[in-house]
Formats: sequence, structure tokens, C-alpha cells
Amino acid sequence: MGKSLLDKVWEMHRVAELKSGLDQIFIGLHLIHEVTSPQAFSMLRDRKLKVMFPENTVATVDHIVPTDNQSRPFKDKLAEEMMKAIEQNTKANKIRFFGLGSGKQGIVHIIAPELGLTQPGMTIACGDSHTSTHGAFGAIAFGIGTSQIRDVLATGCLAMSKPKLRRISVNKPLQKGVYAKDVILRIIRDLGVKGGIGYAYEYAGKVFDNFSMEERMTVCNMSIEGGARMGYINPDETTYEYLKGGEFAPKNFGNAVKFWNSIRSEKNTTYDDEARIEDIEPMVTYGVNPEQCIGISEKIPENADEDALSYMKFRRGEPIKGKKINVAFIGSCTNSRISDLREAARVVKGRKVHKGVRALAVAGSGQVKLQAEKEGLDKIFKKSGFQWRNAGCSMCLAMNPDKLIGDEICASTSNRNFRGRQGSPTGRTLLMSPAMAAIAACEGKVVDVREYL
Amino acid sequence: MKIEEIKGRGIFVKGDDIDTDRIIPARFMKVLDFSKLGKYAFYDEREKHPNHTFSDARYRGASILVANKNFGCGSSREHAPAALIGFGIRAIIGESFAEIFAGNCIANGIPVVTAKKDDIENLMEVIKDDPASEIKIDLASDRVEYGDFSFGICQKEGHKRCLVGGTWDVIGEMLENKGKVLKIRHGLPYVRRF
Repeated sequence: MGKSLLDKVWEMHRVAELKSGLDQIFIGLHLIHEVTSPQAFSMLRDRKLKVMFPENTVATVDHIVPTDNQSRPFKDKLAEEMMKAIEQNTKANKIRFFGLGSGKQGIVHIIAPELGLTQPGMTIACGDSHTSTHGAFGAIAFGIGTSQIRDVLATGCLAMSKPKLRRISVNKPLQKGVYAKDVILRIIRDLGVKGGIGYAYEYAGKVFDNFSMEERMTVCNMSIEGGARMGYINPDETTYEYLKGGEFAPKNFGNAVKFWNSIRSEKNTTYDDEARIEDIEPMVTYGVNPEQCIGISEKIPENADEDALSYMKFRRGEPIKGKKINVAFIGSCTNSRISDLREAARVVKGRKVHKGVRALAVAGSGQVKLQAEKEGLDKIFKKSGFQWRNAGCSMCLAMNPDKLIGDEICASTSNRNFRGRQGSPTGRTLLMSPAMAAIAACEGKVVDVREYL
Repeated sequence: MKIEEIKGRGIFVKGDDIDTDRIIPARFMKVLDFSKLGKYAFYDEREKHPNHTFSDARYRGASILVANKNFGCGSSREHAPAALIGFGIRAIIGESFAEIFAGNCIANGIPVVTAKKDDIENLMEVIKDDPASEIKIDLASDRVEYGDFSFGICQKEGHKRCLVGGTWDVIGEMLENKGKVLKIRHGLPYVRRF
């Protein structure tokens, strides 16, 4: 029986079996941010423990940073306190920190890949559920809570049990206007938000083979929305091409590639489960979790959850196409990379944001923003009426000033349509691809982007 | 400390896929410690539904939360279990749990045990009819008892052994393996820079 990438990476990092029967797993890269780490550093101080491997730890700020005026001190005193805490903690513990003004700050799941920190075969943990993003490189990457951040800081390790493995294949070429976001939303719809509990997802097949790294990241990013704590794609030439030249990418690249090739899942691997998904169209959520989504040509199902519909103020049997929107948000760790912005700008070019719609384009990192400006994308967005913002999590989770108001409906490229997620307790989120959100901004309603390309 | 059984009164939150944004909205996460989050548990839900169980005086002092499927899905925020702990919750019985949430609970010595749908629903009814009923979770024998009734529960073997054996705080044990950690680390091609 062949070994999967998960098997190989797990074995390589397994330190010992603990008394509980859980494995002690070494963590090769520990990413931290301002919201879930300060409490962990306090726990270390309380126990008089030190950071064991500061050189394996990298910090940035993303969740609470305003995306308009980033001058310090922040107006929000609580946010300012959290900024100070991560600055002090990283300094005191000699941890590399990409803060505001460093030019390398941004959403943690955007900057680690773009700097070449994220590499195949690593174990990567971060106090954020969307750490699954890094699986796009063939890393075993997953979100952890604050007590576990404390554990990684103090010991370089985590106590975990190895998940089961499900292979999800998508082979049929995607139509024009159908994107990575649609693929992962469709996977979550078919397998459900609980389907991945206890599993890691391995995405395989021609569609993923042909995807760019950025598209792969969009898919792996939302593994957790399907209940799978981690999701990965076997590394290949596309991965290596992306990594080449990255600031922290290996200098002995040839040797690295040999190693990376050796960790790929073998052909005769047996999976605990397999799923196949084909015939995907642009997807839009109609409810309050990411499995509650439909193709743009479909109607809200007759068996749709009543609570979800009463929150959304939608009815069974209604089409999602034509739903009016108030806000459009292009950003988040799911969809704020340069290719996402290019795709959105392509749609927006020559069009105007619909009257009464508030539209935000938020680059995922300082470097993405700079690149977009080099390409003139900022001008396209601004000319059409979009606000062009600085890097941060922005309106994905509303821990910063970017929020919905009242029961506004937002066409959003983020990852969660939970009740209240975008900052208003009654706010409504429709998840979709960047191209779909961009055209919705211009039309003032949900439309089928395929009719505009 | 070994955690072998939890006794107390119950409270329930009905519904599948109760996400961590519902358990504690993100705007209350700007805190440097977890000790004062109890008042924010289900904050927006309680505003919207004045008869929410977490607002109902009859359930004040309850320590065992009963839930349905995929409880705690969504974000990795430990603020969610911290808010529940702040409210007084010491154990959760559900049909199933999101993984990161479950791990966060165990790291705080809070058992998360699963049971069959029918048993969960019966227990919810009992708590609703008589909020004062005493419930006992026996972790060692995998059973829940209340009144004259009892039912079996499931626990992840690793989680059970952590709690019952008193080893849910793993730092000490993992530090003892420091020699092995250094060896594993040194053997990793990416650490050795290939």
C-alpha cells in the first residue's frame, strides 16, 4: 500500500506517542497574529516558559488593522493595545515580525506563501482556522487555538491525532467564468459543512493540476468550511515555479525539489474515502453557512433551512440571480491575491459601481497592493467607484472598522456567511468569486458573470 | 488534575452548525486575556431572542451544555470556549463537534462528549421541563446519568485519556521529549536548508 503525503509528512514530524495516545508532532513553521497570540504569551510568562524556537516563528498583523487610515495610535484603543502587545512580545522573544510599514505586512495566509516561508512538506500551524490555505503547497497546515499556540511556542510541538484522508477529484475542465472559489463552494455544498470532520482533504485531478498556486490557495483555504481542519494539493512544477526566488525560499533549490517530489502521495495510496465532483457553475450562498449555496442558475431549494431563510429574509423557490446588494467586498485570505484583483478589475473596467452600492477592494498584503498599483488596477477600481484599501482582513470578520450596517446584503469574496460575521448582527453575506462580486457591484444585484465576459 | 466526572445542572442550545461567531461575535475578541468573556457568550443571539437559554434565569448556574451537530464550527478562536467557561460551562454533550473547537475545550479541561440524537433530544426536553435536574457525566465509564435514566457517550480516545489521566495540559510531557524534538528537527531537510 502506498503512502500519502499526509502519511509521509506526519511520520517525519512525529516526535513521540504521548500518554494520552496522541502524537507529539513537531511544527516546522508557526505563524502568529495580533488577535490570538497575546493570551498565549501571557500563559508562557505565568509559567516562566520561553519560546523554544523563535526562528521557526513569524508574526504579522492583519485582523484588527484598519484598511483606510493606518497611522498610530489607532483610534480604537483596544486594537492599539493588541498592536502594542504583539510588538512587545515579538521583540522580547526575538521573533521575526512583519509590522505595518515593513512593506511585508498583510494577511498572514497571503504573506507567508508570497515570502516563500510556506514550503512543501512542512507542518504549519497558526492561531487561525484558515491556516489550511498553506496546504496548497503540499504542507500539512491547520488552525489551532490559543492554548495550542502556547504549546507550540513553549515546545515547538502539538499533541494531535492523525486525521483520516479523503481524496476529492475534479477533472472536467471548468467553463469560462467558473473559478477556484466556485469549485470549493460546490465541494462544500456536496460534502457538507460537517463532511470533513475527522478528515484531511487531498484535492486531486486535472482541474487542480492546471490551477495556479493562487487558485490552489483559494481551494485549500476553505477546507475548514467543509469541516476539514487541513486540505492539501501534492506539490508539482507549478508549486516550485511559484516558490523560486521567494525571499525565504531555499537557496539549494535543486535539492529542495528532490525532497518535495519525494513527499507526493504515491499512486497506489489507499484513501479512507473518495469523492468526485464535476459540472460546476458560478456558485452563490443563500444562507448562513457555506454549504447553503446554489449555482447561479438555480433556485433556493424547497428544503432550505427555515432559520437560515428567515435570517436572510429570502424565500424558498426564489432565484438567487437578481437579488439586490448593498455592499461588495473583494478581499480576505480566500480571494485577495493579485490574480483575484486582476480578475475583478477585468470585470470592473469600463463599468461603474451601481448607485447606492458601497464597494471595497482590499489587497491581501502590502506586496499585492504594490503589484496591483504597478499594473494600474487601483486606477481601474477607483475610476469605477471602488474604494482602494490597505492590506488587512477588512470586512471578512469585522474586527476592524470595515463592517456591514443593519441588514445590508454584501456580495463578498470572503469565506464565511455566518450570522453577524461581517460586523452587523443582522448583516447578510453572499459568498461568491471575485469576478461575480465585481459584476454584482456594478449591476447592484447578483448576476451571472458568464454573461459579461 | 484528573477529570473523571462532571456533575451539575444543564442548559441547551438547539440547532446544528452553531458557529463560533454566534458563540462570541468577533467584536468582543479585542482582549488580552480570556477571563472576562462570560458576559459575551451568545451575545447577539440573546439580543435577538430574549428567551435564549443563556438569558433565562432558570438556567443560571448550569454547568453542562447540551448541543446538536457540528457545535463550534468556524473560527479557531479560543475566545469561544473561554466565553462558555466564563458563563459557567464545565462540559459539553453534543451530537458532534468541530475539531478545532473540541481541541480548544480539551486544552482547557472541558470534556466534549458525543451522544446519539435521540439521547440528546430527550436530555434537552428534561432540562427544559426541569432546569434543576442534576446531570452526571461519567467520563471513565462513558455514561451520562440523570434521574432514573442514563445513556452511553463517545469520546475521542486521546481526549478521554487526557482528561481521565489528568494529562490534558501536555506542555510538561512534551518538554520532557526535548531531546527527541531536537533530533527530529535536525533531521528535517527544510530545517537543514537542504
